[in-house]
Amino acid sequence: MAAPKKGRRQSAKSRPGRSLALILIAMVALTGGMFLSGHTTPRLGIDLAGGTSITLKAKSEPGQKNAVNPTNMNTAVSIIEKRVNGLGVSEAEVQTQGSDNIIVNIPKGTNAKQARDQVGTTAQLYFRPVLQLAAGTPQPDPSAGSSGKATTSPAPSAGASSKGSDSKAGDTPGSPVPSASQTTQGRAVPQALKADATPKADASGAADGKESPPAATPAPSTSADPATQKLLAKFQALDCSDKTAAARATAGAKPTDPTVACGKDSGNQSEKYILGPAAVDGKDVDSAKAVLDPQRGSWIVQMGFTGGGSKKFSKITGQLSQQQSPQNQFAIVLDGDVVSAPSVNTTLSKNAEIYGSFTQESSKDLANVLSYGALPLSFHEDTVTTVTAALGGDQLRAGLIAGGVGLALVIIYLVTYYRGLSLIAIASLLASAILTYTIMTLLGPGIGFALNLPAVCGAIVAIGITADSFIVFFERIRDEVREGRTLRPAVERAWPRARRTILVSDFVSFLAAAVLFAVTVGKVQGFAFTLGLTTLLDVVVVFLFTKPLMTILARNKFFGGGHKWSGLDPKRLGAKPPLRRSRRTTTAPVDPKEA
Amino acid sequence: MSRLGTLGARLYRGEIGYDFVGKRKIWYGISILITITAIVGLAVRGLNMGIEFKGGAVFTTPKTSVSAPRAQEMAEEASGHDAIVQELGTGGLRIQISGVDTDKSDQIKAKLSQELDVKADDVNADLVGPSWGKQIANKAWLGLGIFMVLVVIYLAIAFEWRMALAALIALIHDLTITVGVYALVGFEVTPGTVIGLLTILGYSLYDTVVVFDSLKEQSRGITKQTRLTYSEVANQSINGTLVRSINTTVVALLPVAGLLFIGGGFLGAGVLNDISLSLFVGLAAGAYSSIFIATPLVADFKEREPQMKALKKRVLAKRASSAADGHPVGPIALNHSDELRRDSGDDDSYDDDAPGDDVAAAGAGSTVAGTRRTQPTARGRGRGRPSGKRR
Repeated sequence: MAAPKKGRRQSAKSRPGRSLALILIAMVALTGGMFLSGHTTPRLGIDLAGGTSITLKAKSEPGQKNAVNPTNMNTAVSIIEKRVNGLGVSEAEVQTQGSDNIIVNIPKGTNAKQARDQVGTTAQLYFRPVLQLAAGTPQPDPSAGSSGKATTSPAPSAGASSKGSDSKAGDTPGSPVPSASQTTQGRAVPQALKADATPKADASGAADGKESPPAATPAPSTSADPATQKLLAKFQALDCSDKTAAARATAGAKPTDPTVACGKDSGNQSEKYILGPAAVDGKDVDSAKAVLDPQRGSWIVQMGFTGGGSKKFSKITGQLSQQQSPQNQFAIVLDGDVVSAPSVNTTLSKNAEIYGSFTQESSKDLANVLSYGALPLSFHEDTVTTVTAALGGDQLRAGLIAGGVGLALVIIYLVTYYRGLSLIAIASLLASAILTYTIMTLLGPGIGFALNLPAVCGAIVAIGITADSFIVFFERIRDEVREGRTLRPAVERAWPRARRTILVSDFVSFLAAAVLFAVTVGKVQGFAFTLGLTTLLDVVVVFLFTKPLMTILARNKFFGGGHKWSGLDPKRLGAKPPLRRSRRTTTAPVDPKEA
Repeated sequence: MSRLGTLGARLYRGEIGYDFVGKRKIWYGISILITITAIVGLAVRGLNMGIEFKGGAVFTTPKTSVSAPRAQEMAEEASGHDAIVQELGTGGLRIQISGVDTDKSDQIKAKLSQELDVKADDVNADLVGPSWGKQIANKAWLGLGIFMVLVVIYLAIAFEWRMALAALIALIHDLTITVGVYALVGFEVTPGTVIGLLTILGYSLYDTVVVFDSLKEQSRGITKQTRLTYSEVANQSINGTLVRSINTTVVALLPVAGLLFIGGGFLGAGVLNDISLSLFVGLAAGAYSSIFIATPLVADFKEREPQMKALKKRVLAKRASSAADGHPVGPIALNHSDELRRDSGDDDSYDDDAPGDDVAAAGAGSTVAGTRRTQPTARGRGRGRPSGKRR
């Protein structure tokens, strides 16, 4: 054979053992992690496992008679869809039912409570200037202490004031004192309200302080007109400790009118506000994300506004920064509740940060709600019930049986065609299967990944797609053997070319997955995730498993020697010299390579 | 010796092969025919959209002793549409039926209450909107659009724009055929179908990319030789990767066929069928298009380039002159394919070849001349042929 002359590049530089060890360790670690985490099967989607079904009913608000219409309902559906599928892989289903209901189906194993909170948070989001805050006068530090009386120990109030300074807007670290006292005050009063259930005294106190601030406010509420009086009365009567009463008082607020609202401060205590007309609303928020502020070590929510939104925002912050406390605050109002009321010291424009005593979870929830927008309607939870799988186990079983049969067929085909080489292919498929299964299982609790029937089908199809890479590699090796090389140099020479082909084609697959994941929502996104994952694993397995295994086996006598059953027998492959002897050549040996 | 093994070697070597590029007009014609059928089918019959797309009715029943699968049968009988049945935590059933309007829902409600043996008033009927609203479907389309733009850019960089364009045409071809089959057969379009369709994106291109990769490699420095035209190199690339293409397609189709015939066959219509049917059609179309459409298209585009035209002229000129000298320097793959396939009446295959390009029309005569030189000698063995030399 013409082999020896071309045996130039030996496999000395590649270290097959190392790659193999690496991937085996990864497999063992993943399997171990899977058992340690206590989840040994992937979380199944709602179509296979059932879950929780929530029915939301749209509330018709007074003054907005025709708000419950198909357009608004559909908008609400798409917003809820985005929220419950925040990570894109939890496979929740959202649809309208009748004219005013929305059904949300959440697969079993999701944090159903958190999902319900997200769904139920209807998120009509407004940024309103604060006109008045609780009792609203700047003497109150002592009074806070006194009204706190026995119920408030000094420690929490101190904690509250320090947190209060955290809840400033923007990156302007100036004058924390007024806002701190403000928050403390706001917190103390409702506590008093709660304690003795007589809001009268505090309310009158609020009324005292009331007369001056509106005068100093440029906002449209003028001091003496009847509407303002009414608002004041409402504010006085507002008792944030009584949820239903508070909800009644704050409901139906039009964004263009001043209103009253309740909020919670950092210590989870109630505060109440008089708020001006909405200056910026939820539609103006372009994006929001939760980040850990390294300086404070606490979670904050960063927001970016749209073009129009940032204009409005810079206008309102410009005005507010001129004001005295508490009118230098603006309230972020979500569904009538004040989530955060940062004070403003300078004009801000494009970006804003919300500080508060967020936990990682609460900041993420808020960011989720902010970035996916405000619902055009408000809803209340009508029924919550568990549902069984819509497809039932037989579909899954049939799918798995079909997958098993398909796998067997693939193996039979590979064995027939590739003989000994098929061992490498089968081992690689096995490695790929282990990695896919463990990662999918771990991603269930990790990011809420749920395997639905389409994803199961996708995984079965991935058998074929993964096998493609091996075939590309094997055919390259066989081409090299046909050129007359012995196996070891053939493997090393085939690899760089096969590698390029595999990478280019896998990149195309991955691109498809990445685009679909970025653009779409719901099931398509979950599927794109599966596709991207299997494509990545394909690359990992081919690079770290198939190639090194091939290199090692090339040293083996069975393969390297081109045994009849190795799938690499030069004679069978028709390497050049033997082919000359074959019968066919008598007819037409016009191959230019020979001529 | 297995035939398959040596077949691969011979294909690789270009000893045998099928003239994919030369006969491209036939395959273009077939593809256009299929595409038109698909489009007509789509226009006339339309797609049968599932409940996820067009909504339907949801019936909630009180506690009943009827099992979910039985209820599904009843519901499908009563409505004539696909039904999805879920058990509720209360012991009742939720039955979703697609394509139902208000009038129909009342009839179904009456029937259901009868068959499930519950009071009609206790069965709650509601029309549901599509859970796969237009927005989600539109986003899938948007994703498809963005993907196509990006992949064309990527392929244009990794290969060249002609290949990118050809790959795109092949991809659209595959998608059209798949959608057309759905329209013609009348299978229900569910999210599973759409997902299957989206899988084809990556897969159809995977095959194409493998062939293009080989073509790029083989056509490197093509202008420096005068043995083969670009079309012939393209044809050799297809033949050289043919075994690979067949193997990858078979291996990908086997599990899908398993899903379609075993999974779907036993259970009747269902999500498994939806996905596997669209995948099966799409994968088959993808393999077909990468061989018969994409690469011949590249050859077509390429041969419009001035330097490829010049190359073709040179190759043909050289062939003509060497034919005159009595040295056969023909396009090897062509000779052998014809020799194997047709022992008589082989000339018409070259007539197929001829209308390929405007330039080819001029060159066609010499191609025939060049091959005529080899053809008769092949048949008349031992007429002083090079094979004779070797003996």
